[in-house]
Amino acid sequence: MSSENKQILTTDGIPLEVSLKKAEKKNKVKAFLLVAPLLLFIIITYVFPIGDMLMRSVDDKMVTEMLPKTYKSMETWDGEELPPEEVFEAFYFDFQKLIEEEREGKLSTQLNYTKNGFKSIIKKLRRKSKSFEEGNYKEQIMSVHKRWADVEYWRAIKRRAPAYTYQKYLKGMDMFENEKGEIVNVPEDRRVHRILWLRTLEIAFFVTVFCFLMAYPIAHLLATLPMKYSNLLMICVLLPFWTSLLVRTASWMILLQQQGIVNDFFVMIGLVSDDNRIEMMFNKTGSYVAMTQILLPFMVLPLYSVMKTISPSLMRAGKSLGGTPFIAFWKVYFPLTIPGIGAGCLLVFILAIGYYITPALVGGASGTLISNQIAFHMKSTLDWSFASAMGLMLLSGVLVIYWLYNKLVGIDNIKLG
Amino acid sequence: MASKKDFVKFDKVDKSYDGKILVVKDLQLDIAEGEFITMLGPSGSGKTTCLMMLAGFETPTNGEIYLDGNAISSIPPHKRGIGMVFQNYALFPHMTVYENLAFPLRVRKIPKDEADKKIDKALSMVSLQGFAARMPGQLSGGQQQRVAVARSLVFDPQLVLMDEPLGALDKNLRESMQYEIKHIHESIGVTVVYVTHDQSEALTMSNRIAVFNDGKVQQLSSPDELYEKPVNSFVAEFIGENNTFAGEVSDISDGRCKVKLANAEILANPISVKGKGEKTTVSLRPERALINPSDKMDNIHNGKIEEVIYHGDHTRVRINLLGNPEFILKIPNSSSNLDIKLGNEIKIGWNSDDARALDPK
Repeated sequence: MSSENKQILTTDGIPLEVSLKKAEKKNKVKAFLLVAPLLLFIIITYVFPIGDMLMRSVDDKMVTEMLPKTYKSMETWDGEELPPEEVFEAFYFDFQKLIEEEREGKLSTQLNYTKNGFKSIIKKLRRKSKSFEEGNYKEQIMSVHKRWADVEYWRAIKRRAPAYTYQKYLKGMDMFENEKGEIVNVPEDRRVHRILWLRTLEIAFFVTVFCFLMAYPIAHLLATLPMKYSNLLMICVLLPFWTSLLVRTASWMILLQQQGIVNDFFVMIGLVSDDNRIEMMFNKTGSYVAMTQILLPFMVLPLYSVMKTISPSLMRAGKSLGGTPFIAFWKVYFPLTIPGIGAGCLLVFILAIGYYITPALVGGASGTLISNQIAFHMKSTLDWSFASAMGLMLLSGVLVIYWLYNKLVGIDNIKLG
Repeated sequence: MASKKDFVKFDKVDKSYDGKILVVKDLQLDIAEGEFITMLGPSGSGKTTCLMMLAGFETPTNGEIYLDGNAISSIPPHKRGIGMVFQNYALFPHMTVYENLAFPLRVRKIPKDEADKKIDKALSMVSLQGFAARMPGQLSGGQQQRVAVARSLVFDPQLVLMDEPLGALDKNLRESMQYEIKHIHESIGVTVVYVTHDQSEALTMSNRIAVFNDGKVQQLSSPDELYEKPVNSFVAEFIGENNTFAGEVSDISDGRCKVKLANAEILANPISVKGKGEKTTVSLRPERALINPSDKMDNIHNGKIEEVIYHGDHTRVRINLLGNPEFILKIPNSSSNLDIKLGNEIKIGWNSDDARALDPK
């Protein structure tokens, strides 16, 4: 037909496409205006903070800006031996400026991240530099402390020259760039983060498994019981949901502590002796128990919503066709609940991997997660860029899991309710 | 085929869900081998409960069900070997048509090549060859229905239960499926217990129909007998159209009775009335009453036409007759009946054999 090539006109003689666009434009603008506040909200509360976090985690301008002359003079230094006099001179002038602006403390903190031992020698340099004479700064600075005469410390300063760095990410994986620029592991006895990452994955995994094992029968009951019982059960599932997280965690502390109710009960029935009470808190057990309980509804609800849609006649059909109840369940019912299982597991795993308050309160030293470490750096060491880097590593970990899930199960197979 | 008269036997079966109300009362029912029997009744009459007890999803509160001479109350559903077609087909949505049909064969550990043959046969029986790889969601309602039927037959059960299988289909499809199921039944000779609330479905398909009401079988007989000779007023009312006169028996003799109405007397066939003075409902099929009757008919009365509804091949006429303003008459659309006009007085007659004096409502 030639009508494909011919422009179709409306009765007014305007091309149909133009007319259609015009007619729909108003609706499009309206629709956009409706979602605009949400879009703005997402940009402000989500895109900007994450972007800022990304910048912060690689941003290393602070030292670069504090020591502009030093880095300029260091450009020609090969880093093999002690830097020449002009570097020392430049450093002295940069440092004097910092003292005037009272910013030398920040410099010492920053350099201390790169190499331990900067803090004291910078403090000492500040004191001594007041009585420095003009000229021959190399000698004068080196005489302040023997570390100033150590080439390692000058290399450490040089390593901070670039405005952007991936050092924080390496640190998050217990690695660092050594003096030769190679990426190496930190000594075994100082590896903390890798243990935390693995423990976070382990706890999140097992919490997901426990939640699944407990939620499946509950969700099944919820979906099959008559209305009056299922409503009651639903309230029982949701009640903890409506209680403050802190209250729930605190009540687990009351229950699980060594002088707590559970231990009292065990002693009473003679399971354990009084001086041999089980430690169920401030270790992994505490994290497992409390997190499983708290995250359980996130598993129950998606499972329930999927199970609700499965017609009971399917199980009956399975049985009437000769399948034992187990086969009918395994071949018919279970495969149909996979979208719910996927949704529940993904939800619980992702929530568990970033869990913070509960492990902080009941996890103790062996039950804390990576997010507790992030919080520690946010609040105590104030190394925000490191905290940002770990936060982003956590985020990308979650995205990888999401991607894997999509590959394995398919994201369209997910049903949240 | 040497068919057993009581291939399936319900023996004094009671069923109650809550211990207060009996949904099935003292059910006594024999189903012969190879028979197509329909349980027909309004919703809540206990017909589906009977089917579920037979399938094994409900247990009788009292009494016993026998399948081929064996008591089956203690046998779980999956060991009964009964095929079943469910109301909404209950096809497994995550399996292809082939896998759906293979399911009963796989659990029976039937070798694959033999299973494939059976599946092919079952699919060709419902004329769905070439659909094996489809998912149930890609099929139309009628096709899903066929798959469900094929699945219930693929493992060669002796008994197939069907629970309102055509309820979700549109009228035309429902009718063609009725014939199809009937033909399948005839060609393989399986015993079918069919549950429906649609009387025309029951009349078309069945060898015998059990009309259920209030937990009891009201009448168990062949479709023609059910329609022509209902034994009580529920059945008469439930199956087909029905004109009724409520009255009192004034005389009974020689297989004929006189029924006194409010202001007239009619002759009727006493079915469930025994003596004088009994209250009764006289039931008469609309097509058994004629206009301008010949004198041979023993009931001839005058009535006034209240309403005329044109139906193409026939005309339905509502007549006020002997104090019953709802008397319906079906008049064939022929040139001799052109004087049917609103308000006309016409003569209506019927044989007393066709007017059945049943229990009062």
